[in-house]
Amino acid sequence: MNNRYLQKEILRISGADVSKCMRCGKCSGTCPAYDEMEYHPHQFANMVESGDIEPLLNSQSLYKCLSCFACIDRCPRGVEPAKIVEAVRLLATRKQGANHMTANDVPAIVDEDTPQQLLVSAFRKYTK
Amino acid sequence: MQVNEYKPLIVAFCCNWCSYAGADLAGNNRLNYPADVKIIRVPCSCRVNPMFVLRAFQRGADGVIICGCHPGDCHYTSGNYYTRRRMAALFSMLDYLGIEKERTRVEWVSAAEGAKFAATMNDFVETVTALGENKRLEDLRCKK
Amino acid sequence: MQRVGVFVCWCGSNIAGTVDVEAVSEALKNEPGVVFSTNYQYMCSQAGQDMIKEAVKEHNLTGIVVCSCSPRMHEATFRKTAAAAGLNPYMVEIANIREQCSWVHKDILTGTEKAIILGKAAIAKVNLNAPLTPGESPVTKRALVIGGGIAGIQTALDIADAGFPVDIVEKKPTIGGKMAQLDKTFPTLDCAACILTPKMVDVAQNDKIRIFSYSEVTDVQGFVGNFEVTIKKNARFVKEDICTGCGACVEKCPMKKNPNEFNLGMDNRPAIYIPFAQAVPKVATIDPNACTMLKKGKCGLCSKVCTAGAIDYTQKDEYLQEKYGAIVVATGFNPISMDKFDEFAYSQSKDVITSLEFERLTNAAGPSAGKLIRPSDGKHPHTIVFVQCVGSRCDACAQKGKEYCSKICCMYTAKHAMLTRDKYPDTEVYVFYIDVRTPGKNFDEFYRRAVEEYGVKYIKGMVGKVTPEGDKLKVQASDLIANKQLHIDADLVVLAAAIEPDKSARPLATMLTASMDTNDFFTEAHPKLKPVESPTAGVFLSGACQGPKDIPETVSQAGAAASKVIGLLCKDKLTGNPCVANSNELMCNGCSACANVCPYGAISYEDKEFRMPDRTTKVRRVASVNPAVCQGCGACTVTCPSGAMDLKGFANLQIMAEVDAICK
Repeated sequence: MNNRYLQKEILRISGADVSKCMRCGKCSGTCPAYDEMEYHPHQFANMVESGDIEPLLNSQSLYKCLSCFACIDRCPRGVEPAKIVEAVRLLATRKQGANHMTANDVPAIVDEDTPQQLLVSAFRKYTK
Repeated sequence: MQVNEYKPLIVAFCCNWCSYAGADLAGNNRLNYPADVKIIRVPCSCRVNPMFVLRAFQRGADGVIICGCHPGDCHYTSGNYYTRRRMAALFSMLDYLGIEKERTRVEWVSAAEGAKFAATMNDFVETVTALGENKRLEDLRCKK
Repeated sequence: MQRVGVFVCWCGSNIAGTVDVEAVSEALKNEPGVVFSTNYQYMCSQAGQDMIKEAVKEHNLTGIVVCSCSPRMHEATFRKTAAAAGLNPYMVEIANIREQCSWVHKDILTGTEKAIILGKAAIAKVNLNAPLTPGESPVTKRALVIGGGIAGIQTALDIADAGFPVDIVEKKPTIGGKMAQLDKTFPTLDCAACILTPKMVDVAQNDKIRIFSYSEVTDVQGFVGNFEVTIKKNARFVKEDICTGCGACVEKCPMKKNPNEFNLGMDNRPAIYIPFAQAVPKVATIDPNACTMLKKGKCGLCSKVCTAGAIDYTQKDEYLQEKYGAIVVATGFNPISMDKFDEFAYSQSKDVITSLEFERLTNAAGPSAGKLIRPSDGKHPHTIVFVQCVGSRCDACAQKGKEYCSKICCMYTAKHAMLTRDKYPDTEVYVFYIDVRTPGKNFDEFYRRAVEEYGVKYIKGMVGKVTPEGDKLKVQASDLIANKQLHIDADLVVLAAAIEPDKSARPLATMLTASMDTNDFFTEAHPKLKPVESPTAGVFLSGACQGPKDIPETVSQAGAAASKVIGLLCKDKLTGNPCVANSNELMCNGCSACANVCPYGAISYEDKEFRMPDRTTKVRRVASVNPAVCQGCGACTVTCPSGAMDLKGFANLQIMAEVDAICK
């Protein structure tokens, strides 16, 4: 499905330029959360470019991204995949009733393996 | 059929290496365009001094078009970049003075684009004809 | 006032069909300056030309207007006719009433009307024409080649072959360049030294070629045909003409621990050294930063063992002034620094190397005598990962690497991978690629052979991170086809680093007033039709200084540049285009605006003395145009704020007169 409205929204929020992507896959090569994710960083860039947004919105991958920004740092084309993931995540949380979890759910999932970035990112989500 | 049909007066500056050759090619291929267009040959589009454009309007031209090689293909490497900048500035000033932007144009025509030359001229003459006579800058003292 | 003759051509029925030629010649009779007007069937025919010649004599004409076909067709013909009639050839103007009138208009009324106006414009212009004479300048019959790599070598050999003397200036102690460092060359896999070193010997033995090694160009003055170049010969502390290259000094030098530039620092060389066995000239050079004799005045061992007595610790840098007719730039390339690509751990592990270092590692004359080993522990690597496009094809906003494709990496990586699998079948070889770009004769076949016959594993994806762990290199990469992330324990990682123009190119371009692009590659005069000429007359381009190139391309460009140089040096005198810019010194205020827009560096400034009305003198800075360099584009004339600059043949007043005539 091709959703031009969502695509525009994501590009606006993220400020990323997906047309610059040359399909090298360095973002996915560099991603520490790769195996956890259903859709990988390079697929985020690619699917947003083709307007295939719905599967991303419904994917758990949104919450697996650590927001470590390694992909942004290493992307040779300056595409900034992490910002795209964040923008999609923002759209998902903004959808009414589509919040991934409530504030009360947070303590239950925090254990010593939870990376700090995830928490920071999660709280960023709630403040928006 | 109308008698005394309005005919605009168009001055075209063409660079020797691309656009003048493009105009020649239009001729070779017998591609018609209105006789209202009169071509002046210059070595490069960057030879066109804004003074020439002003002079044309002062003497009663209804439209001025400058044709050069495509950006990056200039025979003199960078001449058409100067043209692009200078004319952008000049045309917006002319617009301010009341000479509509449609009466002035910079167009890139290569030596192989005879068809583009003819099409451009047809289009430009049509645009200027629609605008009608230009009296803004015309210096009537020049006319006897 | 001119005495103008107007000649209207029928061109058979080509013009006469849609233009009433009789009416045109009649109408133009009364224009200012016109004393004679006629028409004829074929003006360009012998009879037509004779008619012009006779009219010139009979009516004492000073200017000629021919209303005929395009000036691009017959301007030269009618100029010759004018010259034969004793007129200055530049007193001829053409009104284009065929291509731009009779052929594009169908109606005889409008056609005739337009032809008359075009004729009037040409008459208005010719009234303001002035006789022009093309300038002449002599040609110094000697060429300079800057850079002694394969590009410079080939250019010099080709020019010398045609009988012209050539000088090569090379900043390293030996010629040979990057190609001398290579092991094998794609796609035929012949060894680089076997095909390069005979050429180097040819250069050394050619009596038309002089080599200035360990030297650089520090100043260039003059213009096409007449360049004056200052060459700085750096002190090598060895008398070049006496040294026999025996190598006794190299053997005995006690300061042995200096990184060997030729092997990219992978082993050491003494303070006095000869870069490699086949160096040309085969002369020792002392590194002043390493030699204790030069630093502290102690040692002097090399001078003791030198039986020829070639060592001279007192040698000074020497400056030579030479004259040349043409200059060829062949400054070549370097791999970029890996500083900004820390994710590949280049600075952390000795086992992460660039492709040029890999080239030295597999070279029989290299630091490991051709045995492929890990630089850290000398062990044989079993898993090798090649990473392509490191620093190439980066977007400008990523602020690292280069935006262009380095062009040669796909092929040399295929070569490295293939040779490794061929020599050491027990190694696993991975190549991570974004795209494999192998256009070229036998190039794609070569790459497919690496995959199909040698079992190199090509993976579409990119390495994200390399982490040294123990004696392994943990490589984390993506496999885009399998949609997987790979983790490979590698022994050696080879980075196909992007290439960039040599650092010396930028200052050189300033000296030569040759233009460069944003990547510091030299710009060619025309991307398609003048690929080996720089926009600056007399300066030619050869090899990778103009853009990334492999050896076959470099050699063909070198030959092309040489043929252009030969074409220039063959001439005894250069005749210029007389339609050049010209500055009116009385109006010029020396503001430099014109010099800034001139793409050819034809404008310079000089201080001139002017007599003032009150009989005092005043010195002012004014522009002066070198007619041998100016190409006559006219950019300066428009830029000049005081209107001092004008273009001969297309003067402001002339074009203005044309505008007036058309708008009347």
